[in-house]
Amino acid sequence: MKQALHKNKMNNPFVGSRAFALPYYAWLAIFIIAPLILIVLYAFTRTGSGGVTVLTMENIVNAFSPTYMTVFGRSALYALAATAICLALGYPVAYLLSKMKANRAAIISILFILPMWMNFLLRTYAWRALLDNSGIINQLLMAIGLEPVQFLYTGGAVLFGLVYNFLPFMILPIYSVFQKMDTSYAIAAQDLGANRWQTFWKVTVPLTKSGIISGITMVFMPAMTTFVITRLLGGSHFMMYGDVIEMQFLLMSEWNFGSALAVIMLLLTIIFMWVMRKYDKEGEGAALM
Amino acid sequence: MEHVIDFKNVYKEFDGVDVLSNINLYIKQNEFMTLLGPSGCGKTTMLRIIGGFEEPTGGNVLLFGENIKGVPPYKRRVNTVFQRYALFPHLNVFENIAFGLKLKKTEKSVIKKRVEDMLKLVGLKNYGDRDVSRLSGGQQQRIAIARALVNEPEVLLLDEPLGALDLKFRQGMQLELKRMQKSLGITFVYVTHDQEEALTMSDAIAVMDEGVIQQVGTPEQIYNEPRNSFVADFIGESNIIDGIMKADYLVHFAGNDFKCLDRGFNENEPVRVVVRPEDIEITRGIKDGMITGTVTSTLFMGVHYEIRLDGKNGFEWLVHSTDQFQIGEEVGFILEPNDIHVMEASSYDNVRIDDMEAV
Repeated sequence: MKQALHKNKMNNPFVGSRAFALPYYAWLAIFIIAPLILIVLYAFTRTGSGGVTVLTMENIVNAFSPTYMTVFGRSALYALAATAICLALGYPVAYLLSKMKANRAAIISILFILPMWMNFLLRTYAWRALLDNSGIINQLLMAIGLEPVQFLYTGGAVLFGLVYNFLPFMILPIYSVFQKMDTSYAIAAQDLGANRWQTFWKVTVPLTKSGIISGITMVFMPAMTTFVITRLLGGSHFMMYGDVIEMQFLLMSEWNFGSALAVIMLLLTIIFMWVMRKYDKEGEGAALM
Repeated sequence: MEHVIDFKNVYKEFDGVDVLSNINLYIKQNEFMTLLGPSGCGKTTMLRIIGGFEEPTGGNVLLFGENIKGVPPYKRRVNTVFQRYALFPHLNVFENIAFGLKLKKTEKSVIKKRVEDMLKLVGLKNYGDRDVSRLSGGQQQRIAIARALVNEPEVLLLDEPLGALDLKFRQGMQLELKRMQKSLGITFVYVTHDQEEALTMSDAIAVMDEGVIQQVGTPEQIYNEPRNSFVADFIGESNIIDGIMKADYLVHFAGNDFKCLDRGFNENEPVRVVVRPEDIEITRGIKDGMITGTVTSTLFMGVHYEIRLDGKNGFEWLVHSTDQFQIGEEVGFILEPNDIHVMEASSYDNVRIDDMEAV
């Protein structure tokens, strides 16, 4: 009997299949874990006299200076605003999509996803052309006798760019939760005396919470760390944290300081994810971690 | 007694298909009314119309004499126990039951007391903090009942609430529901396709098929005097056989004339005769029998044997007997007048027992 059991275990197809995951582990080690370690190493070191690498807290301390904290605060503010707007726009869209007949919903969700098939840089450049002082929108305004409006290089343009790029990431997770949601809960709420408004707040919103949290995470995180969108649409006045990091690496060649900024961002990101996870008991958003 | 609910010439169609046609039914105060029928017969649609989740295409529904057309569900003093309970997964047991009371801005201490009373009533004291998804089917079912009853509805609608439970538990719940209905004095409208359940609990049963009420009556009336062969078939097993009414109190079928208790048919009118399997008493030896046959199968059912007989005239009889018979035995039986129920030959003559068992 014991032997038979043992033999069974040997034949278990799942034991040997672990070997198939090796390429992935290798990928993970080379392209994710190693760079992370390097960034942390760079953040806590500097090149001293004679090219010797020495340990230091200098980079981290500098990264907390008011200049960079202001940029960080601005990034957080814009990312929060963009997330709030995406949620306000995306939630009703997701709800309406889930109520549509399947083929109509498919067409409309493809319309949302379609722009994502194109590189976001291209799309952002296209918006630059549209919003330019002599762009199509301003030409139209002038054609109907209005003053041209300065769109580009304003906070509004930055916010617009963020919302435009990340809205689908809000809609899709909420839509998928709506699709799975049993309508009998809403019916039961009405049966127990809830009007439409009460049903929405007391049943629909709590039951779609996991989608909302996924959406917030998927919009806030990239909006917080983005760099090209903000610079193309906002110019140098709206430098974001991502821009600063990029600048340290590519422009100033300050790899050590850039790494320190990156480490701080990474830590804050982890804290944010951890907080969101606390709110998401069902663990749908946690799958993104 | 006052009518709590009145259906007046109600019909309902979905996409051009009649789901309910010309329903007239009243439900009395404190009555346990069961809407009984196979799936797709329109019983759940009637329940949804009372609850306000469907509007009739035509006709009126009165709740305490008032037309409830266009009144939204949340304004009706009616609560529902749903088929799959629909307990809110984001709330615990206490919060689920308190849901309706909180909406009415009931005072916190009052809510606490009433929820606890309800938990006691359904036998789940101290379950308030539990997660609803951790409860068994039977416990969820009790919470669903508590969540509806705590609002003190005038009418409680129950949509096959015991369908998902196992047999033993179902029987216990049947008695408990009946007890609750009696002690609380609430009108229950109960939807089921289970005829046994209907017979056990109801004060009145409306048997439905294809959007039409076939018969309304007490369980005894429905069982003992089915108005047509659909009802006879659906309520318990029966032998339904074509016959001819020779005169008042005399019916001809299975090659013999039988005395019966029915009258008022035309002379030589074709009728259908219902004989319940438990009313047939078979004996060995055929000499005394007005009807004879050969045993073709016997099944032990616990309390009795279910025996099938091949009758001499090609009719297969279903008989319940506490005695054991062997396959191939020749047997016979006598039918007394009160064993025979004569009905008009209705349009439901194509319904077979086998079909109904599949429902």
